[in-house]
Amino acid sequence: MNQRDLNQGRPSRIEGDIRATNDHKYSTYSGNKALMLEEPLIFEAGSLDKSGVDIDVITPDINRLGGLERNQTIGLPGLSESETVRHYTRLSRQNYAIDLGLFPLGSCTMKHNPRLNEKMARIAGFADIHPMQPISTVQGALELIDELAHWLKKLTGMPAVAMSPKAGAHGELCGILAIRAALEARGDAREVILVPESAHGTNPATAAFAGYRVEEIPATEGGRVDVAALEERLGPDVAGVMITNPNTCGLFEPDMRKISDLVHAAGGLVYCDGANFNAIVGRVRPGDLGIDAMHINLHKTFSTPHGGGGPGSGPVVLSEALAPYAPLPFVTKSKDYFTLIEEEQSTAVAGDTFGRMTAFHGQMGMFTRALSYIMSHGADGLKQVSEDAVLNANYILRSMDDVLDAPFGHSGPCMHEALFSDKGLADGFSTIDISKGLIDEGYHPMTMYFPLVVHGAMLVEPTETESKDAVDAFIGSFRNVVQKAIDGDNNLLQAPHFAPRARLDETSAARRPILVWNEPETAQAAE
Amino acid sequence: MIRYYTEDHEWIEVENDEATVGITDYAQGQLGDVVFVETPAAETILAKGDDAAVVESVKAASDVYAPVSGEVTDGNEALVDDPALVNNDPEGEGWFFKMKLTDTSELTALMDEDGYKEFIADL
Repeated sequence: MNQRDLNQGRPSRIEGDIRATNDHKYSTYSGNKALMLEEPLIFEAGSLDKSGVDIDVITPDINRLGGLERNQTIGLPGLSESETVRHYTRLSRQNYAIDLGLFPLGSCTMKHNPRLNEKMARIAGFADIHPMQPISTVQGALELIDELAHWLKKLTGMPAVAMSPKAGAHGELCGILAIRAALEARGDAREVILVPESAHGTNPATAAFAGYRVEEIPATEGGRVDVAALEERLGPDVAGVMITNPNTCGLFEPDMRKISDLVHAAGGLVYCDGANFNAIVGRVRPGDLGIDAMHINLHKTFSTPHGGGGPGSGPVVLSEALAPYAPLPFVTKSKDYFTLIEEEQSTAVAGDTFGRMTAFHGQMGMFTRALSYIMSHGADGLKQVSEDAVLNANYILRSMDDVLDAPFGHSGPCMHEALFSDKGLADGFSTIDISKGLIDEGYHPMTMYFPLVVHGAMLVEPTETESKDAVDAFIGSFRNVVQKAIDGDNNLLQAPHFAPRARLDETSAARRPILVWNEPETAQAAE
Repeated sequence: MIRYYTEDHEWIEVENDEATVGITDYAQGQLGDVVFVETPAAETILAKGDDAAVVESVKAASDVYAPVSGEVTDGNEALVDDPALVNNDPEGEGWFFKMKLTDTSELTALMDEDGYKEFIADL
């Protein structure tokens, strides 16, 4: 096993009797705690033999099912409309969201979703159209896609963009398939994609899915790509590299231009994971760094909802070398009329495409929101976004200096996120205890135990959304919890104390997952 | 029988050209509770350093590498039903697979127990 995989020190078992019970001396008949409501599963809330709607029993004149009629109930929950509404509203109140508070999940860019975006996305001409409508009736929507494409190219300094990929990893796949198509077109099938240790976890998975063998490039002491090791590994079998910049240690790769030149000189191509674009948007153009393909998470950098709140969108900007291989469909404009290129052979422009990744044209709702965000901020506003995002992260990094170890803190400022290790916590205390303590403080925990290159990693990304007051409040909570872990306060091992459920047993959940609800009688019979 | 250790935290116990492979007590301690194990099928040919097995804990999935070259003769089926064996008895009942070695001279590059103890003391 890699040392890296062991470098986490995360205890997963709840030792002995320390499980929190969330007992209070005062109890209620309902089990509710004031506005914190206990809610059963929907199957347990209603009655399976009841229906919330009136449906006429129909006796068909002719039965064509040939003996395949259902002879028992379907087992759908039976709730009235008001019961159903209350069920989901109650569940939603147990959720944490960016609209409730600071959401420090590192590498996720959980920024505010401006309501203006929502207003734009609900304009009927964007919201109520169908992908199979005649092209002449959706000119406005196509113009919007074209306009967004223009700004994405402008912001990245790249000549082309594929708009259809529907999320970050989908965009990675698009980029790698374009690289494969370009290499095959020149009769140069290569086998290996190099991925540094500091890359996003999806990168090696994408390369393997596209049929490449993945080899890892080590990181330097400073948390950057080891350029010497990369240079030594380059050769005629290397199709390309996948580099996350800024990387998952929250650091900018200053040698990116040199890396691109080395890879190109060896005949390979450069994929950049743009998930952390928020740190450099308006400041650095990836095209200037020699990159051939980079996905942009509209749902991160350009504020479209994500994290269970909505579909993502991952357009991929492409270099001159890869542009001819972009996937279908795409929008073109001649005079004042927009057309969708749908077929491989329809025009000479689409002749080299590697094919189609989605049934239709991508996430229209996300396009609308992202363009709304870009246009309402303008060029100066977007510069301010990255500046504030980086400033907030560095403020947190330096505010924790005296209590938490920042393994790369010595190498200068961080980018959009601050990375800490679990060094210095009392024996028996780990990152997971701090994350549970943050739940009691009313925050969603930071990303933990990732990246793997740091022991007990805590990755905190505040984004530009937060004011200084909000960041100060978070730092106060974070320091309070970390201090408990340094002091060895056993109460922290039982956190969360105030959540609807005490600390969950992740081990049993993984070893014996219960994925399907069974009626109590069935469940008992199965035991 | 002689037991060797690798820098990738595997142990290999050898008798003539037959060996049993598992992960060390240190490795299971760092991994935390193991929730899933995949062992290689008999007759799998492994070169030294090849991915041989997969071990997954609540926090990460890791590959177990072949410490030396050879052919797999048996995978520990008991780990499929009871992955906790890796935590409870990593260097005994929690073994991963048995193999027939191709080249016993590869063993000379590995550490003995004292060497491994020194190695992990430095981590």
